[in-house]
Amino acid sequence: MKLLSIMRRDKWAAVCFTFLSAVIAAGIFAPWFAPHPPEEVHMELRFAGASWTYWLGNDHLGRCVLSRLIYGIRPSVLWVLAALSASVAIGAFAGFAAGYFRGKTDVLLMRLCDVMLSFPGYVMTLAVIGIMGPGLEHILIAFVLMKWAWFARIIRTSVLQYSNSDYVRFSKMLGLPGVSIMIRHLLPVTLPDILVVSSSSFGSMILQISGFSFLGLGIQAPNAEWGMMLNEARSVMFSKPELMLAPGIAIVLVVSAVNFLSDSFQRMLDPRLMSSRPIRLKQGFSISTRLKEREVA
Amino acid sequence: MKRYVLGKVVFAIPLLIIITFLAFGLNHLSPVEPAEAVLHAQGVPEITKELIAETREKLGMNDPFLFRYGSWLLDCLRLDFGSSYVTGLPVWSQLGPAFLNTLKLTLVSMAAIVGLSIALGVGSALREGRLLDKGIRGAAFLLTSMPPYWLATLMIWYFSVKLDLLPTSGMDAWQSYILPVAIITISYAGIYFRVIRSSMLGNLNEDYVLYARANGLLELLVTKHILRNSLQVAVSVFGMAIPVILGSTVVVENLFAWPGLGSLSVRAILSRDYPVIQAYVLILAVTFVFFNTLSDIVNAAMNPKARMDR
Repeated sequence: MKLLSIMRRDKWAAVCFTFLSAVIAAGIFAPWFAPHPPEEVHMELRFAGASWTYWLGNDHLGRCVLSRLIYGIRPSVLWVLAALSASVAIGAFAGFAAGYFRGKTDVLLMRLCDVMLSFPGYVMTLAVIGIMGPGLEHILIAFVLMKWAWFARIIRTSVLQYSNSDYVRFSKMLGLPGVSIMIRHLLPVTLPDILVVSSSSFGSMILQISGFSFLGLGIQAPNAEWGMMLNEARSVMFSKPELMLAPGIAIVLVVSAVNFLSDSFQRMLDPRLMSSRPIRLKQGFSISTRLKEREVA
Repeated sequence: MKRYVLGKVVFAIPLLIIITFLAFGLNHLSPVEPAEAVLHAQGVPEITKELIAETREKLGMNDPFLFRYGSWLLDCLRLDFGSSYVTGLPVWSQLGPAFLNTLKLTLVSMAAIVGLSIALGVGSALREGRLLDKGIRGAAFLLTSMPPYWLATLMIWYFSVKLDLLPTSGMDAWQSYILPVAIITISYAGIYFRVIRSSMLGNLNEDYVLYARANGLLELLVTKHILRNSLQVAVSVFGMAIPVILGSTVVVENLFAWPGLGSLSVRAILSRDYPVIQAYVLILAVTFVFFNTLSDIVNAAMNPKARMDR
């Protein structure tokens, strides 16, 4: 479909997409890919360098770094993706309701979003962890609760563009129920926008959630997670700085692939960005930069 | 304009009430009973039912919810946030200095971010599509994909350990600012320079630029005019950035042992020191709403179009 045609035109996007698919597959089927159990301790192999049995060496407890890296995909990427999907789903639900029914529903939902967006997301996440205690699931819950309003806003704007178009009005006149209009006629046209806004959040979410684990507020030992592996490596960074490399590079690769893919989705869907010279931008700057700039909040 | 300002301020009031309510109610959502948490934090060896009941009475937790909320709110207005469960000291005596330290870090970083974003944004906009533009965007792309804490650890390792140039932690001299500010600047300037860049690019095609050039105005002066107009967008963005950075220095502060809010809050979370967490959330949320409202108003004052929004 459209995704495939994007891939055909943009080779780098195809590379990023393949890479991310491979990472996700490796995470799902971690037991088949990992050469060793991730929590298997070998005190005699502490800080061992790379070898044929342990490709990336061993950590401070002699555990296989490669296996921990592969198992770490689950909390660092897969669970973040799950939380993102949940948040986008709630946002889409609210956004569709507000954009399609308009009137009172719209005012109510958008006021609620205003309130939600007036809270500092990062601080609220810390507050949730502070009350419920450290743990990956608490961070993910906090993220879902804090982020949906942002998605609802964008998706509503996208729905509004189409909800007044002739074909939607025609379906309404034919007496089609609202739900089926939304699913069959509005969802397909707004899907690209939803894809852009969610993919542009994905990268920063991976960074933030691994940051919480790095601080010891996220997933707890002995589970493998990239941020936590970096935290463990930090305590020996003066003697064994090379332990910082593997998890750090893994995060950089995944996040830059996600960001690159998100940028190329945006370029495909917003042709104005392709050549900013001939066409004047509305209000001086485009949606995509606005996304980026609010996203950090 | 008056109506707009009034509307914004009126919208902020219910927000502040919700925030205080949330901050106060946080305690009641916790899986651990507050009285029990107090006893744990004080290191009481054996926690009996009687002891919990006694502590509850002492902390006034048997009073009605709204009554406690009211008296708590009045205390907060006098900067009395109760005392820490762990140290027993008043919360404000810890939080106040920490807030100032974080504010210092934020303001210095903010100055660096504004300077760097404008320099990079203008540079890449004027050389759009050429080597400089591509180089800046490529570097920014790479740096914003890096976890800030990883970059920070690598920089500590290189500059503080290997070259022994900068202190690894603390805030003793001006040198202590360099690394934390660099990390915060890198992670935000890489995003904000894009705003300046696209706003510059938008302005480049305006009629007044063509007119100025047709009149033979010096290119430097033309750039000055474009920059002035582009900065209007940037002001509101930067206004929003202050509270965001204030609230997200947590990782950097912990890495560099900066005695600020970030270090304090993580310590409080790990030891379940609820009054500190409560006060932290309250203060940052109020600051956030304040700056949000302020930047909306400044934005509207500068740009009449924004007043029409809703």
